[in-house]
Amino acid sequence: MAVGKEIRTQIKSITNTQKITKAMEMVAASKMRRAKERMDATKPYAQKMRNVISHLAMAHPEYKHPFLQEREVKRVGYIVISTDRGLCGGLNINLFKEAMNSMETWHEQDIPIDLCLIGAKAEAFFKRIGNIASSVSHLGDTPHLDTLIGTVKVMLDSFYDGSIDRLYLVENEFVNSMTQQPRVSKLIPVEPSDEDELKHHWDYIYEPDSKEVLDGLLMRYVESLVYQGVVENIACEMSARMVAMKAATDNAGDMIDELKLIYNKARQAAITQEISEIVSGAAAIG
Amino acid sequence: MAMTMHVDVVSAEGEIFSGTAEEVFIPAELGEIGVLPRHTPLISRLKPGEVRVKMSGEETSIFVSGGMVEVQPHVVTVLADTGIRAQDLDEARALEAKARAEEAMQSQEDTIEFAKAKSELLEAMAQLQMLEKIRKKAR
Repeated sequence: MAVGKEIRTQIKSITNTQKITKAMEMVAASKMRRAKERMDATKPYAQKMRNVISHLAMAHPEYKHPFLQEREVKRVGYIVISTDRGLCGGLNINLFKEAMNSMETWHEQDIPIDLCLIGAKAEAFFKRIGNIASSVSHLGDTPHLDTLIGTVKVMLDSFYDGSIDRLYLVENEFVNSMTQQPRVSKLIPVEPSDEDELKHHWDYIYEPDSKEVLDGLLMRYVESLVYQGVVENIACEMSARMVAMKAATDNAGDMIDELKLIYNKARQAAITQEISEIVSGAAAIG
Repeated sequence: MAMTMHVDVVSAEGEIFSGTAEEVFIPAELGEIGVLPRHTPLISRLKPGEVRVKMSGEETSIFVSGGMVEVQPHVVTVLADTGIRAQDLDEARALEAKARAEEAMQSQEDTIEFAKAKSELLEAMAQLQMLEKIRKKAR
């Protein structure tokens, strides 16, 4: 029977799409689990690093590091961490919106902005908007700190030589697997923490000297924050994709149900018509 | 009981060691140092080498390719690097990042991606149109 052939093909093609989105959902779910583990693995380092930095802020080295000093803002830098691939709902767009909001306040004051972009989506979005100082993309699912060093160094160097006076980090925060929150935070100058132990006057022994040690430490501190942001972003990407693909699968299911209903109606109408034709034909003969 | 201190060895990509120790040997940049509990606060760069953690006669050794160490009277924190760091190596990496940025600025609209998105849109529109048609027919 030739009834509703196009509907049948339509149903078949949607079923195929549904299979793909279902598979993507499951892949994203398993990748998210691993990404979350990696994200948790980065926490001890960042935690220890924060401890050491807050101790340092309490100590009294003779060398005042530029990263610890506020200065007048003439130019700012932004590090934006995005994903490489799409199909993850509004994750990137929400992040870019947040970034643009934050940049707007600088635009109003006529303060130029340098960008450091991580991820292909950010590159594609910001290349028409701002001045890109450095960028890196296609880090894969298991990023390594090594690949970020150069990208971050460009920004740190421009802070050292005074071409930027503040550095912000724009990243996604992994709240839970359903929620990701875009966040803009100030990387440098480093905000002193208000821990209240160790208040008395004391200092470290620095080897080789306080400048070298502080340089190395603060560089690693910023790098570790950026690295953590990248790892966290992957967990966000995967969970956002999981949610998006789940919605797509559900929508495909709804569409199939609707089409099936239409198809069955058409089929029944055709049968009824045929029966009435036969009956009326028989009546005409009889 | 012998005095002990807490030792943490962490790298950016994960925790490597966490536990108590009676003595730790650290490959500091100016030479290997042995740290006992109640050491005066010290902060130093590391050179590639072995961190050896001694506890009740047993020694655990961990290789680090560099990093930083912070010594507090009862806590030793080793912040290990995950790769080899050197001034000129970092410099080269920075240059690469800059080059990538320029490339990103210059590359025209992602023509492939644009075309792909457009064709997907057209397809979706066609599907919607068809669905509308079928719906009308069914009524």
